[in-house]
Amino acid sequence: MNKLNILLNGIIKENPTFVLLLGMCPTLGTTTSAINGLGMGLATMFVLICSNVVISLVKKLIPDMVRIPSYIVIIATFVTVLEMLMKAYLPALYASLGLFIPLIVVNCIVLGRAEAFASKNTPFDSMFDGIGIGLGFSAALTLLGTVRELLGSGAVFGIKLYSDDYGMLAFVLAPGAFLALGYLIAIINRIKKA
Amino acid sequence: MEYILIIISAIFVNNVVLSQFLGICPFLGVSKKVETALGMGAAVTFVLTLATIVTYLLQVYVLVPFKVEYLQTISFILVIAALVQMVEIILKKVSPSLYQALGVFLPLITTNCCILGVAILVGNGTFDAKGLEPTLLVGVVYAIATAIGFALALVIFAGIREHLELMDVPESLKGTPIALISAGILALAFLGFAGIGAVA
Repeated sequence: MNKLNILLNGIIKENPTFVLLLGMCPTLGTTTSAINGLGMGLATMFVLICSNVVISLVKKLIPDMVRIPSYIVIIATFVTVLEMLMKAYLPALYASLGLFIPLIVVNCIVLGRAEAFASKNTPFDSMFDGIGIGLGFSAALTLLGTVRELLGSGAVFGIKLYSDDYGMLAFVLAPGAFLALGYLIAIINRIKKA
Repeated sequence: MEYILIIISAIFVNNVVLSQFLGICPFLGVSKKVETALGMGAAVTFVLTLATIVTYLLQVYVLVPFKVEYLQTISFILVIAALVQMVEIILKKVSPSLYQALGVFLPLITTNCCILGVAILVGNGTFDAKGLEPTLLVGVVYAIATAIGFALALVIFAGIREHLELMDVPESLKGTPIALISAGILALAFLGFAGIGAVA
């Protein structure tokens, strides 16, 4: 497979959020603002790339019976690395994403790509798959975060566009996450059909 | 009194699915029928309670004394995966009927983020304990209440989706979008509980 194809496949054709509908918890839980969404997307991308490369390197060494637990240990290792790096260099972002950083371990996207792609392809291809899926996930989270921040607090990436008084608080709170994602997927379905 | 506050807060005010966004995958995945929703709810309650006890003991007696708290994520997920396997094997031997009922849902639970999420919250003592010391008992009460909240949200949502099946939904909204929008309206309803039992 062509490298560019692998990249585009992750961003568009198999977009984890809008097409595969995987990893819903961080998608809904961390997108209260565009910057949080982007941060979560990039954090997941880091874990995805590292775990994809390592898993495709060691795929021949792992017996088939214990592959899922082994994948989880590899993923959990990179999540721990990420946790320590973020605590040291990005404490503010780490605080606002909170519990969802350790929960990358149980994000179905990461384990799903390990099983569906990295366990069958070369490390180099797997790296591109990680980048593509990671970019697709980051783009989706940033889009959702932008919509929620714009409707909820009248800002995009922290830049005020209109006064707080006209913002719909519900979009920053939990219900808005479900509503915004539901309508975004509906709009994408509509565009795909046209 | 504080215990009642913790229970009400975990079930209604800070519902694990509708306001904390943990366990969305099973919430969307196994909510097509009320019966399967009940089965999943029961399985989660069972495993969450056990997992919280085991991971709390692991945190207090192993990770903290040996100063290896950074291994929390890896050790917790391994313990949960092993626990789910063990529960499955034991149930198969001891109570085949319960195994029949919960069977298919058990393997799915390992990747349910509400289990790992609650285990981490209780292990770190960072959950909403309403002013109580976060001991094992308080943690377990919180875990059970959270699981009941999960089951409640799942069953209500399954009821809504059973009705949605019969509705005439616009083409682009069919499937996931309408489910997400219904979940949003349900979350809006749960927002009405906000503020109940807040410790001043």
